[in-house]
Amino acid sequence: MRIFHYWFALWGIVSRELLRFVKQKERFLSALVRPVIWLFVFAAGFRAALGIAIIPPYETYILYEVYITPGLIGMIQLFNGMQSSLSMVYDREMGSMRILLVSPLPRWYLLLSKLFAGVFVSILQVYVFLGIAWFYEIQAPLEGYLWLLPALMLSGLMLGALGLLLSSFIKQLENFAGVMNFVIFPMFFMSTALYPLWKLQESSEWLYKLAEYNPFSQAVEFLRFALYGQFNQQAFIYTAVAFALFLILAIIGYNPSKGMMKRKGR
Amino acid sequence: MAKHPALAITDLSFSYGKKQVLHDLSLIVEEGQCCILLGPNGAGKSTLFSLITRLYAHKQGDIQLAGFNIQKRPLKALAQLGVVFQQTTLDLDLTVQQNLRYHAALQGISSKKANLGIQEQLERLGMYERRKEVVRQLNGGHRRRVEIARALMHKPSVLLLDEPTVGLDAPSRQAIVDHVHQLVEDGSLAVLWATHLMDEIYASDKVVLIHHGSVKAEGGVTDIIQQAQADNINDAFFKLTQGKS
Repeated sequence: MRIFHYWFALWGIVSRELLRFVKQKERFLSALVRPVIWLFVFAAGFRAALGIAIIPPYETYILYEVYITPGLIGMIQLFNGMQSSLSMVYDREMGSMRILLVSPLPRWYLLLSKLFAGVFVSILQVYVFLGIAWFYEIQAPLEGYLWLLPALMLSGLMLGALGLLLSSFIKQLENFAGVMNFVIFPMFFMSTALYPLWKLQESSEWLYKLAEYNPFSQAVEFLRFALYGQFNQQAFIYTAVAFALFLILAIIGYNPSKGMMKRKGR
Repeated sequence: MAKHPALAITDLSFSYGKKQVLHDLSLIVEEGQCCILLGPNGAGKSTLFSLITRLYAHKQGDIQLAGFNIQKRPLKALAQLGVVFQQTTLDLDLTVQQNLRYHAALQGISSKKANLGIQEQLERLGMYERRKEVVRQLNGGHRRRVEIARALMHKPSVLLLDEPTVGLDAPSRQAIVDHVHQLVEDGSLAVLWATHLMDEIYASDKVVLIHHGSVKAEGGVTDIIQQAQADNINDAFFKLTQGKS
């Protein structure tokens, strides 16, 4: 039965990713330490420097730590997406990617399954982080944690698809440092993860525009609203469209007759 | 209806940019046949394997696996294939069993059947007792055995081996050569084995010698020796590949 084949393959790819994640404890730890340091150190330090007005979805004045928590959730997923991308470049260089690509399933499905696996891992990281934040008294309404789940799926898929797209263009592991400098940092800093849009607009109009159209900003806003039990339609549409676009481009990139493979040979 | 060959390649050409690496290459591997793809480094063996496995797409020529065209019916064609790549493709941090289960899942094998398949294939290669070991702890020869077991788990009709014995010591090499030939003798499996090592060839094998991307000679070992007017297969290989460009 064809449908079972698809299911077994998805399950196989997700469980492999989980096994690898469990075995690489330092990866889990570093994925967690990064946002925790931002929360405990950076946010605490900037609490006094940055005043936050009452902006949706918040109904009262909030602490800066509360504001950046959704941004840090996005950060976890952004780094996870890039980490998956890095591991795909590594797998391709080391050869284990070939085993995936020669499986008798459509390539788009294999890549999508790989994406799901990465998102699944990132969601685990996010909830552990939120657990730590809870004890730091950063607490969202309980139902918000439930609403956050589908939002995490979409934002994770979008950021994972971006990583996948990048991995289809990066030929060697060494080039990955460029991704850090030219993708992760600009995406993170030019977004609403650390400061709201109006604050950016106060200092620079073009920075404000860049942040507004940055898909990472939209993903963060989608997560922010979901965490407070609200649906941000604009952010949802923007994130979903960005996901579809990145995924299509990544699939083309991995198509043997069109993308990366075509450039390798004819 | 006539039975299709396990692997049929017709007039295949391929280039990396302007550099043409395969020129109108044709070859056929029948069911129950071990075909040795002999050629010096850079002859185009690995490129050919990348085309058969659809890692690269070709524009000229045709590749069929058990009658399924690799470009028109890629999923049916790939389902016929078991592959051992030149570079190890095992996940070093996972156990032997976990690696094989992952492959079984990709091939659509249920976990119950996968466990039976793992036992069957690993027992044949004397590796079943080591199934719970992390691959990183295994030596090169044992890793290769695991890769062969993995390639056979879904009962493919064609087994591709791209220089699988490179870097192995003599006993490990011999064990792999013997095992693969035994597999061919036992059943209907067709094998395409790329190598440049003459001692991996059995007298019963079909040999296809490629050089600079095209077939220079093909046939049984004695045919190749006769075609090259040589004394032995080593000599024939040397005559057919040296001093020509």
